[in-house]
Amino acid sequence: MMRKLGHGARIALIWLVASTVGDVLVATVLTPHLPPGTGSTEASGQRFDNEVLTLVCIPIIALILVFFSYVLIVFRRRTGAPLTDGPPIRGNARVQTIWIASTTLIVLFLAAFGTYELLGGAGGGQGSGPVFVPDASAASLAQGAKPLQVQVIAQQWQFTYRYPDDGGFESAQFVLPVNRQVELHVTSLDVIHSFWVPALGVKADANPGADNIAYVTPTKVQSLHIECAELCGLFHGYMFDTGRVVSAAAFATFVAKQRAFVAPVTRYLPKYATTYLPEPAFRAG
Amino acid sequence: MNMRRLVGFNLLTGIVLGIGGFYLGWYGAHWLVSSLDIESLDYFGDTDENDLSLFFGYILGVIGFLVGLGFANYPLARLRGYPPSLREKETTGVSRYFGLSTDHKVVGMQYFVGIGGFFFIAGVNAMLIRFELLRPEPNVFPAGNYLTLVTEHGTMMMGMMTSAVLGPFANYLLPIMIGARRMAFPRIEALTFWLLMAAGVILLSGMFYGGLPTGWTGYEPLNLQGNMGMDAYILFFAFVGLSMTLLGLNMLATVITMRAPGMTWTRLPIFVWGVISTAILQLLAAPVLIGVLAMAAFDRTIQTGYFVAAQGGSNYLFENLFWFFGHPEVYILALPGFGVVLELMAVFARKPVWGYRLAVAGMLGVTLLSFTVWQHHLFVSGINSDLRPFYMLSTELISIPTGFIFICAMGTLWRGNITFSVPMLFCLAWVFNFLFGGITGIFNSDTPSDVTTHGSFFVMAHFHYTIMGGLIFTFFAAIYYWLPKMTGYMLNERLGKVHFWMMFIAFNCTFGPLFALGFEGMPRRVVTYPTDLQGLNDFVSASAFVLGISMLVFLYNLVYSQLFAKVPAPANPWGSKSLEFQLPSPVPVHDFDRIPVILDDPYGYGEEGRIVARPMPIPAGAGGEV
Repeated sequence: MMRKLGHGARIALIWLVASTVGDVLVATVLTPHLPPGTGSTEASGQRFDNEVLTLVCIPIIALILVFFSYVLIVFRRRTGAPLTDGPPIRGNARVQTIWIASTTLIVLFLAAFGTYELLGGAGGGQGSGPVFVPDASAASLAQGAKPLQVQVIAQQWQFTYRYPDDGGFESAQFVLPVNRQVELHVTSLDVIHSFWVPALGVKADANPGADNIAYVTPTKVQSLHIECAELCGLFHGYMFDTGRVVSAAAFATFVAKQRAFVAPVTRYLPKYATTYLPEPAFRAG
Repeated sequence: MNMRRLVGFNLLTGIVLGIGGFYLGWYGAHWLVSSLDIESLDYFGDTDENDLSLFFGYILGVIGFLVGLGFANYPLARLRGYPPSLREKETTGVSRYFGLSTDHKVVGMQYFVGIGGFFFIAGVNAMLIRFELLRPEPNVFPAGNYLTLVTEHGTMMMGMMTSAVLGPFANYLLPIMIGARRMAFPRIEALTFWLLMAAGVILLSGMFYGGLPTGWTGYEPLNLQGNMGMDAYILFFAFVGLSMTLLGLNMLATVITMRAPGMTWTRLPIFVWGVISTAILQLLAAPVLIGVLAMAAFDRTIQTGYFVAAQGGSNYLFENLFWFFGHPEVYILALPGFGVVLELMAVFARKPVWGYRLAVAGMLGVTLLSFTVWQHHLFVSGINSDLRPFYMLSTELISIPTGFIFICAMGTLWRGNITFSVPMLFCLAWVFNFLFGGITGIFNSDTPSDVTTHGSFFVMAHFHYTIMGGLIFTFFAAIYYWLPKMTGYMLNERLGKVHFWMMFIAFNCTFGPLFALGFEGMPRRVVTYPTDLQGLNDFVSASAFVLGISMLVFLYNLVYSQLFAKVPAPANPWGSKSLEFQLPSPVPVHDFDRIPVILDDPYGYGEEGRIVARPMPIPAGAGGEV
């Protein structure tokens, strides 16, 4: 059958097979392993984004690879063959139009899709006036009408967490209740850091003098790995932490215990604020 | 070489005056600060932690260096009333490579060696970084030294390699390709090179002033917190920015004003269009960098508060201005590669460039769009979030003009007579690398996906695929293709193929797994990482070492073929129709005996009877050269 087909039809056929196989493999084998997993609503959303993008990209990759492999094999100069010129084809308006139209369509689809997925905030830091605020789930509303506020204070080279809903106590432990929408306020005391919880799909830069809000609704009880994702000086590589997502009851216990435990310290803390500005260390010239 | 030849305006004088200027600035500023009796400057006035002195030292050092090279001679002569003139090109001798030369071919060779040297140093830094990452805990370098290595590697690659293709190849070949005998501003051409070299030395010296902790982005306020090494970073990028601006200006002026008769815009070789679009970016983006670095320098020296939150400044200002330059910057690195790939594919497929106008539109489209995307570097920074969909859209739109380059490459190869020469192999590797670099860029541009990938090894892998896979591979393609024209000696084909395959496979083994590492949650620029990632990291390191060895194979090839084997290059080893291959190898000092009249574009493969150019006829009665 292949003998009768033209070059273009053969490439199209191989491409169709390759991209179908590739996309089926992605949908079945790869998707469960795509980051950042399903630890939160936001993480699941990002994973869905990654899956869709991969599904769209596989046929593009396949087209380029199949085309070039085919062309390089079929149109190669055989050993010892003379150095003759190829046909002087200087363009093809139809092919160019199709190419431009299809790439434009793909791009517009991707941008529209990405924007739609972004409407829930997607776990990224949005600054002090978040635009893309996700709706709280029913399970979250059952635990409280407003999202749970947790402040993340980054400094060289550690994170500290403050729970303003519970008297503004400060803790070295990052603990979140499951199925409750959390409003993270990320700020920094010195240089830029970035608060990254891969398993929750949360990343928000910590800027001195600025409040960076990110929303996340954890959906799985698990322990978390926290990292600083922005170079913040000497011990940036050591700026990691652990955290936990626990049941609502366990969270209440944690808050009560921790609040009482650090109460003597809480009195001396600065009043809860979205930013704290310690005196900057000037260079003297 | 006798003593008399060493005295004069040359590299040696430049170095001597440069060192003299440095100490003049250093002690001069110390004296100034202590005699002015400014309270805020007092404390550091007499210590070695004096940023002001270091800035003055570097700036006066560079001025001394340039004066020693002879850059002041011509302006001074003009001030004294001498008529404008271009010093005659020196005809022979190795010494012309060690000083100010206004011969574009000499500057091209100077660039080749200079850029190559700094590429080697930055590459060694990369090897040391991978050596450190062999183990999850720090084992060779302390954290501070590791960050200095990372910064030196990144800054040097991003700074010096902006001229990797434009410096050696555009300076040497662009005038010839458009039928000119020189660049529009030959002294500025030389200045761009020597500024770049001075900048490179300044950056390296930063290691001895307390290191550079910020990475190539130099984010505030970490920049402000850093040691005096950051002064070196600031001045390095400022001088590189100046060099880039002047280089872009010179290239544009040359293409606009110096084209031979008949060289219309659509007859320009596609490589020249790659240079034009790069030059536009350099001219428009680099001044922004100089501006933001000036602010950073003022913050560090005279205590302004542009980026200090407690003084009403904001680090977002730095991030915005930096990336307004920084994103065009990565296209400054990528665009010359587009031109090289299409230029070479036409020659090795023996076909005209398919969709010439589409390719030009693609390059200019990338140029235009690259100014509108910079906030995609700040998707999670906490900057105003309502513009996010716009930056996502504009970023993804860039893949449309980039796609033009792909379809043009595909069309050019279609039904061609493809020869797998070494330059062609590097161009095909570009297709593969840039495909994956571009595709992974879609993940970074999609805001929800970027929340995961931002600041991780995924991004690092992405831009190495586009910049190393896009620029460095085409840089080598250009070397194997044009160096015989420039030196007159062929490079060894067999060693070239060994180099190519080693480099291509090792490159993909090095940077491919980094995507996975990023997805696994490994942030960039860390000296430690979770132990379960050691296996992949070790594989990456081992591949990186092979990648490094492949560079040594190239170096061996270069030295062996150019200095020892010396196989003479024919005038036109690849059967190209482009103008530079109609001249002997190496190109004679005066380029063209007679300026050519252009009759057609250089892609008339398979089209009988099309003549690209013929020499300008000598008008009746004219005696001399026209």
